[in-house]
Amino acid sequence: MTTPLAEVASSPSTLRAFLHGLPGVDRVGADARAAMLGTRSIKTTAKKQAIDLAIGMVDLTTLEGADTPGKIRAMCAKAVRPDPADASVPPVAAVCVYPDLVATAVEALAGSGVKVASVATSFPSGRSSLEVKVAETSLAVAAGASEIDMVIDRGAFLAGDYLKVYEEIVATKHACADAHLKVILETGELATYDNVRRASWLAMIAGADFIKTSTGKVSPAATLPVTLVMLEAVRDFMAATGRKVGVKPAGGIRTTKDAIKYLVLVNETAGPDWLHADWFRLGASSLLNDLLMQRQKMATGRYAGPDYFTLD
Amino acid sequence: MSERLAVNKTYKLFIGGAFPRSESGRSYVVTSSKGDFLANAARASRKDARDAVAAARKAFPGWSRATAYNRGQILYRIAEMLEGRRAQFVAEITAMGGVGVKQAGEMVDAAVDRLVWYAGWSDKIGAVLGSANPVAGPYFNLSSPEPSGVVAVVAPQGPLLGLVSVIAPVIVTGNTCVVVACERAPLPAITLAEVLATSDLPGGVVNILTGSAAEIAPWLAGHMDVNGIDLTGADPELAVTCEELAAENLKRVLRPPAAPVNWLADPGIERMTAFLETKTVWHPIGV
Repeated sequence: MTTPLAEVASSPSTLRAFLHGLPGVDRVGADARAAMLGTRSIKTTAKKQAIDLAIGMVDLTTLEGADTPGKIRAMCAKAVRPDPADASVPPVAAVCVYPDLVATAVEALAGSGVKVASVATSFPSGRSSLEVKVAETSLAVAAGASEIDMVIDRGAFLAGDYLKVYEEIVATKHACADAHLKVILETGELATYDNVRRASWLAMIAGADFIKTSTGKVSPAATLPVTLVMLEAVRDFMAATGRKVGVKPAGGIRTTKDAIKYLVLVNETAGPDWLHADWFRLGASSLLNDLLMQRQKMATGRYAGPDYFTLD
Repeated sequence: MSERLAVNKTYKLFIGGAFPRSESGRSYVVTSSKGDFLANAARASRKDARDAVAAARKAFPGWSRATAYNRGQILYRIAEMLEGRRAQFVAEITAMGGVGVKQAGEMVDAAVDRLVWYAGWSDKIGAVLGSANPVAGPYFNLSSPEPSGVVAVVAPQGPLLGLVSVIAPVIVTGNTCVVVACERAPLPAITLAEVLATSDLPGGVVNILTGSAAEIAPWLAGHMDVNGIDLTGADPELAVTCEELAAENLKRVLRPPAAPVNWLADPGIERMTAFLETKTVWHPIGV
């Protein structure tokens, strides 16, 4: 690299030159590689291990206008003890809620080790002024959120105003203080894999602790090839700077089979070092029940039914 | 000009309104009673059964909430479509051997009539089984039959009439089903699936698996998301295994008949009531 990473954001032109200087993504190749890795067969003991690992990586999410404190408390109870009938099921990594419900979640999860993540910065569109976004982040952190899921300004990104996106991430990171910052790229709106790679690097240079695929409000949400591109980006960023960044696909991951495909992808792309809840998360809600059903199927030998698990 | 090659039908499964091959990739040879090759049929695996249950569960809310009138219309439509393919069914049944053309024709006619008969029951079964109960208070107390949910069906031996006679009573009341077709005569079952697929029957209401009942039925019997099981076609040993497995989530079980069934006889309503449950509501009497 000609310009040191610390200096690429010194002006719009250097940032632009750096991002457009990243190698292009072979779309067909990425799709084929993701599809090929998706055919790996993970069975019996490996599957058991994968299910427990995946449960421990879930960011149990509810981001609905109809969320109530009662629903958040119920979800938090499930996060700590996903299957009330089976204490051997590990707790999930975090719950993910809107900022106004952070305090409720923090109270419900006190002492459990399950983290509270809050979306912020005018989720899901990101269409507001920087002051509002920073203030929202500060409020969520003050309410006790230990992780912040911010959205990037896709309008600015697509218009080529990379520095604006960069500065927003830097400002939000500053407002986060000790809280972890996850940067949502909303890959469904970025149109190309080249843009996904650029946005990933942009977020990482700006200080993201995690890069996340989607809000879950836009279709397509997380896909395997997009996650592949992002995993390659964190791997290359680690090689270039020595700083490790996590990845979180979110939205559209509903079955155990899907979740295991993502784990295979992580292992084969970024490496086994990333196979930990500190470095890889799955943003999901209905996925958890499917993981529990598969887990029960493996324990009892009979297919499980959704009637025996909580709704969320 | 070279001689034209015949285009033979690939017999596949019927799951969720589609015709997939078995997930396992397996198939088995179907022969006539004389041992002549007829076709290869898919040999369903437990995962096909699981997929079929998922499809049936997905179809249940829509089908059970459809009006009884609408369900009756669709059953009648199935009868119409079956009638239109009469010659094909007669050919498939006679190819199996052991049955003449005349007798096969009578069986197909009886199957069509059976569907029409059950179609008529859709909006009447509630009147027969439901009731307004006298209670000691100022309340209306009303009982009405409701479908149980997803029903697994082990179809009886034989090509068509028995199969239609076990499917129709399960679905007419609003249940959805996963059927394990007779292992020896799966071809008319898959042709029946083609009839179902073109009869406005929503995908997933009836799912048909071909293969070994002994292999698939225990998985359906043990499945926690199946609400009832009809063991009509299960041999005594399999029936006991399935009934034991079915106890775990208190499935409704219809045991195999003690004596061979004459499928041409009037069936009565027992096959419908086996997979109905009674809901009773109390409602205050107004002024």
